[in-house]
Amino acid sequence: MHMNRREFLQLLAVAAASGMALDSKSALAGNVPANFYDVPRHGNVSLLHFTDCHAQLLPIWFREPNVNIGVGSALGKAPHLVGQNLLKQYGIKPGSAEAHAFTYLDFTEAAKVYGKVGGFAHLKTLVDKLRAQRPGALLLDGGDTWQGSATSLWTDAQDMVDACIALGVNVMTPHWEATFGADRVQEIVNKDFKKANIDFVAQNIVTNDFGDQVFKPYVMKVMNGVKVAVIGQAFPYTPIANPRYMVPDWSFGIRDDSMQKWVDEARAKGAQVVVVLSHNGMDVDLKMASRVTGIDAIFGGHTHDGVPQPVQVKNAKGITLVTNAGSNGKFLGVMDFDVKGKRVVSYKYRLLPVFSNLLPADRGMDAYIKKVRAPYEKKLNEKLAVSDDFLYRRGNFNGTWDQLIVDALMEVKGADAAFSPGFRWGTTLLPGEDITMERLMDQTAITYPETTLTNMTGETIKSIMEDVCDNLFNADPYYQQGGDMVRVGGIEYTINPNQTIGKRITDMRIKGKPVDAHKTYKVAGWAPVGEGVSGEPIWDVVAGYLRDKKVIKGLKLNEPKIVGIGKSNPGIADYDGVLA
Amino acid sequence: MNALRRNVLKGAAGAGTVAVAVAAGLLKPTQALADVPRSAFEAKNVGDALKGMGATAPADSKDITIKAPDIAENGAVVPVEVTSGIAGTSAIAILAEKNATPLVADFGLMGGAEGYISTRIKMGQTSLVRAVVTAGGKSYTAAKEVKVTIGGCGG
Repeated sequence: MHMNRREFLQLLAVAAASGMALDSKSALAGNVPANFYDVPRHGNVSLLHFTDCHAQLLPIWFREPNVNIGVGSALGKAPHLVGQNLLKQYGIKPGSAEAHAFTYLDFTEAAKVYGKVGGFAHLKTLVDKLRAQRPGALLLDGGDTWQGSATSLWTDAQDMVDACIALGVNVMTPHWEATFGADRVQEIVNKDFKKANIDFVAQNIVTNDFGDQVFKPYVMKVMNGVKVAVIGQAFPYTPIANPRYMVPDWSFGIRDDSMQKWVDEARAKGAQVVVVLSHNGMDVDLKMASRVTGIDAIFGGHTHDGVPQPVQVKNAKGITLVTNAGSNGKFLGVMDFDVKGKRVVSYKYRLLPVFSNLLPADRGMDAYIKKVRAPYEKKLNEKLAVSDDFLYRRGNFNGTWDQLIVDALMEVKGADAAFSPGFRWGTTLLPGEDITMERLMDQTAITYPETTLTNMTGETIKSIMEDVCDNLFNADPYYQQGGDMVRVGGIEYTINPNQTIGKRITDMRIKGKPVDAHKTYKVAGWAPVGEGVSGEPIWDVVAGYLRDKKVIKGLKLNEPKIVGIGKSNPGIADYDGVLA
Repeated sequence: MNALRRNVLKGAAGAGTVAVAVAAGLLKPTQALADVPRSAFEAKNVGDALKGMGATAPADSKDITIKAPDIAENGAVVPVEVTSGIAGTSAIAILAEKNATPLVADFGLMGGAEGYISTRIKMGQTSLVRAVVTAGGKSYTAAKEVKVTIGGCGG
């Protein structure tokens, strides 16, 4: 079902007249100012930034989380604000186009009003428009660009590489790119990118043996006579969160001591602006900004936080701006610096939502996308089932898409319980839409898709959940890996995010009975990080399940009971589970 | 990139600062073990290991810097560097507190060698990595947590 705006507004009126509860404060404005994309240039140095598009070449839906809990010093601060709390913090009008872009509020209704987001042909139009006003502006790609769709997986990332070249990317840093293997990354960097003059930078990837830089740590550009250094910071925990064997000779890590060294070197070589293109995740960036001096701005990604304005972080020698530009091609960050007397004297920042209905498709990019998809269209468009439910993934705990995946795993594998990784990518599906192979691949397209069925003791299940939970809720951001909590099927539990490892998960139950530490359970899962695991790819398992079910409805979210964070935590709202 | 250097050194197992220091005569393997009885390396807990080393109550020191990852990429080979700014540093020991036998290494430094060692240690689980420095007959210490995790599930 797809309504145009007028139809939807009529529906709203009918619904209101018939007494359907419509909160007047959240009523949708429906109209977008004509000058929505008029962003006057400020100053003389401009950086455009997109990140974590996860290979979505076409416009999609993407719902922001209603659970994104901050722990320790992150409590109640960006990016750990959801729904109304985020709108209040940034003065965004409820019901507006921006409220729809930045929050989950009234998602399914607002989606029909404002349309799909992202898409490279629309992004290209926006980039070109901004560039026309900003001579010399650089386009930064924060990574997680080559992975996340069927076509990127099936073309070995080539569709995205060529799309980024056509988009006009200047500088890039990686994360999921590494899951195509070190050799493939090197091939792209040394051939495609070299030819297209794209700099691939990562100060924190060094060789295991001698600690030599694998890629350039930074690149120096000159914009309108101003020297600008862009330092790359790859995802620090790539060999831990993703398979080690895919990048066997590279060591990552946060390495803020070497970050300081490169900042100092760039300044010594005359850089008047120093920025970091980072895949740390926002909490890690905030900590890094407080420790490393001399950085004007960190353009961040990884945690998929659409943060409307930069956070100003004080450190020993000044202030560093920290941004995070969301995911799935939904946003484009625009940073304008005014540089005078060899330093940044002021800035203006906008995180522009990319509404595909408001930005005409760039013809060249549109033709390219059609061409690259053509051989796969039939496979992509296979209708597997219809979903009566609203399918989304993002949030600290189970989303409906992952619930569907773990339900499928348990049924197909005959398991007592199932785990699915806490990935933050994956598009959204509105109620009534078809689940096509393409939409399933949006949730599962990785280079290590094997499914597994493992006998685990209750003790092992608990230790896995505690381990993953600590990667999410460790009070020290440098120990956070930036994913969400592992998705569970068949396991009920209580969680206290503010506890320490080993003590966060309590009252675990499988099939209603308390988990016995010594009993063995059959647990299904996918995406093994170890080498040599075999098993049917996750998309085949779920596709089979969907073809069999034909209609998906009444998914029951396996959300934990949350304790210890208070009932009015600004990082959680409209929670379906128990918040005690 | 540095392919020649890599190939030249590939044959030298465990080539690194320590091996180089041994070759240069700054560090004598026999010396390293001479001061520390075998029992210290076999001790099952930190207290016994320190006792075995003759460093029962080392003083906390900010002049010791431990460089190690916050989260180990591979628990079997965790890179650890210890720098001691304490004058007259004559030995640097490394303990992984939760290993079955916590004392991992003890390096004796001779004749004004720089108070710096770099090595790789094996860790079974998340633990404090502790450095114990001997200087002028006294013991000093510092520690840093290194997390060992099962991995997967990232962003």
